[in-house]
Amino acid sequence: MLESAGQMIEPLERAQAESVHHRPGFTLSEGAFRKILYLAGISVLVLLIAIFFSLLLASMPSMKALGIRFLTGRTWDPVTSHFGALPFLVGTLVTSFLALCISILFSLPISIFLGYYHREGKASSFVKTVIELLAGVPSVIYGFWGLFFFIPIIRFVETELGVAPYGVGILASSLILAVMIIPYSASLGREVINLVPNDLKEAALSLGATRFEVIRKVILPYARSGIFAGILLSLGRALGETMAVTMLIGNSNFLPTSIFSPANTMASVIANEFTEATGAIYLSSLIQLALLLFVVTTVINIIGKIIISRTSVT
Amino acid sequence: MKDRTLTRRIVADRIFQVVVVFLSFCSILPMFFILFFISKNGISSISWNFLTRLPAPVGETGGGIANAIVGSALLILLASVVAVPLGILTGIYLAEYRKDKFSYLSRLSVEILMGTPSIVIGIIAYVWVVKPIGSFSALSGGVALGIMMLPVIVMSTEETLKLMPDSLKEASLALGVSYPRTIMKVILPAGLSGIVTGMLLSVARIAGETAPLLFTAFGSPFMAANVFKPVSSLPLTVFNYATSPYPEWHALAWGASFVLLVFVLALNLIAKLGMRKWKVQF
Repeated sequence: MLESAGQMIEPLERAQAESVHHRPGFTLSEGAFRKILYLAGISVLVLLIAIFFSLLLASMPSMKALGIRFLTGRTWDPVTSHFGALPFLVGTLVTSFLALCISILFSLPISIFLGYYHREGKASSFVKTVIELLAGVPSVIYGFWGLFFFIPIIRFVETELGVAPYGVGILASSLILAVMIIPYSASLGREVINLVPNDLKEAALSLGATRFEVIRKVILPYARSGIFAGILLSLGRALGETMAVTMLIGNSNFLPTSIFSPANTMASVIANEFTEATGAIYLSSLIQLALLLFVVTTVINIIGKIIISRTSVT
Repeated sequence: MKDRTLTRRIVADRIFQVVVVFLSFCSILPMFFILFFISKNGISSISWNFLTRLPAPVGETGGGIANAIVGSALLILLASVVAVPLGILTGIYLAEYRKDKFSYLSRLSVEILMGTPSIVIGIIAYVWVVKPIGSFSALSGGVALGIMMLPVIVMSTEETLKLMPDSLKEASLALGVSYPRTIMKVILPAGLSGIVTGMLLSVARIAGETAPLLFTAFGSPFMAANVFKPVSSLPLTVFNYATSPYPEWHALAWGASFVLLVFVLALNLIAKLGMRKWKVQF
């Protein structure tokens, strides 16, 4: 693709130099140019399909050898060739949903704050910039910070409650995930709340509603599906988030018994074991986890996009 | 009676507003905590030696992260070579053929790619590049980061070009300039600032990525010299040192985190300022 771009520009420049005797033969023909654009457009789709089939192909050995036991097996022990991914599925679902619940507590207020109470002005642009920067902080830095910030707090709580004070575990990774996904649901929430027509809000206010009532009875029902889409997209982020979770979840291959117990998610087990995986089945079962992750996040993203396009948010 | 309900409604309104403002305030706190923690622990490690030396073996103090800085630069360069030309062309396609039936699929693919977990991209780069070559390499890391970079560049190019007034294109075409030339010499230069802003954002996105590099670039304590050999990168260094049991390595991790955080946040801020100035929104 790089070459074709180069070829395109070069003749153009030559043509410019000879512009007095401009000969169309020097420039790229319109048809060829359109073909290049089409090819570029197709390439992304091809890339996506190729990713899917490569993962599928590479996970074939484990699918054949394990079948449905891969999803229902409770033991993951590479030494004895037991590859049951249930602990990781449970770990992923529990951490993601816990993170989602915590993050809604904060992302919804931010959406209301930026979309209704302070739509413009210094406070709003400050909060908005900080939230956008939070989205840009690398995952590994979240993990590092979490190790030194959340772990001591959780360890303290665990000692108080009388549970084994690991520190690391499901709770720690859910907390860090919640912080990481707040920006995603908050920004979409702000947009949809911003889109609520002024007529509706003003009509409610003129009938004597307080601002709280406007939010509860006009804005939230109107923006409901958009807010839901934002939450769905942030769920997609949470499911696939790797580094911060890997650093905080404690990497245990057993089914978690409480929110304090160490566990593993699909992404974290891949990150931990992929380079050490010996044996075709071991490697391929890890790739199968990646395939599962890819399919699930793709479906979630497509549903989210459909909801958004229905509510006509760009 | 009526007064009581009115008072109650007003009180509820006030309480709700206070709660909203309080929770919003709480959710921006992590940014300041992170900045404070990383700066407090990281700034003391920063020195000329830290930035220009190779890492020291366990037990020795000193040592730096020069290999990680050079490795990150190399990976970003490789990723840009993969992603920028293709991304810009795809962006032009999406902006020019907006109503095309196929462009819907293409746009959806870009959005799905944007949401694909980075660890999955890492596996793909492993299957596509590491396995055929037979070793971890900078090249495979560059491919992985390039795939992550692609959707950001496509989207920003598309959004920028959509904002170009039609009259610009029509004027050029009416003067007899061919269609390819109109796009390459009139429309693209006019949208250059937006496209460059998008490139900054995409570099900011990949500069902090660790997961796709774990089994592609892999990390190496030596200076990067060969794209077919493993290289280190800043986020990989942070990960490896932060999870190690040695305090000297923790100090290196704090320092590397500080460099990485400053770099990524600065890129983000510059891109945001650019977006505000050029009035582009992606």
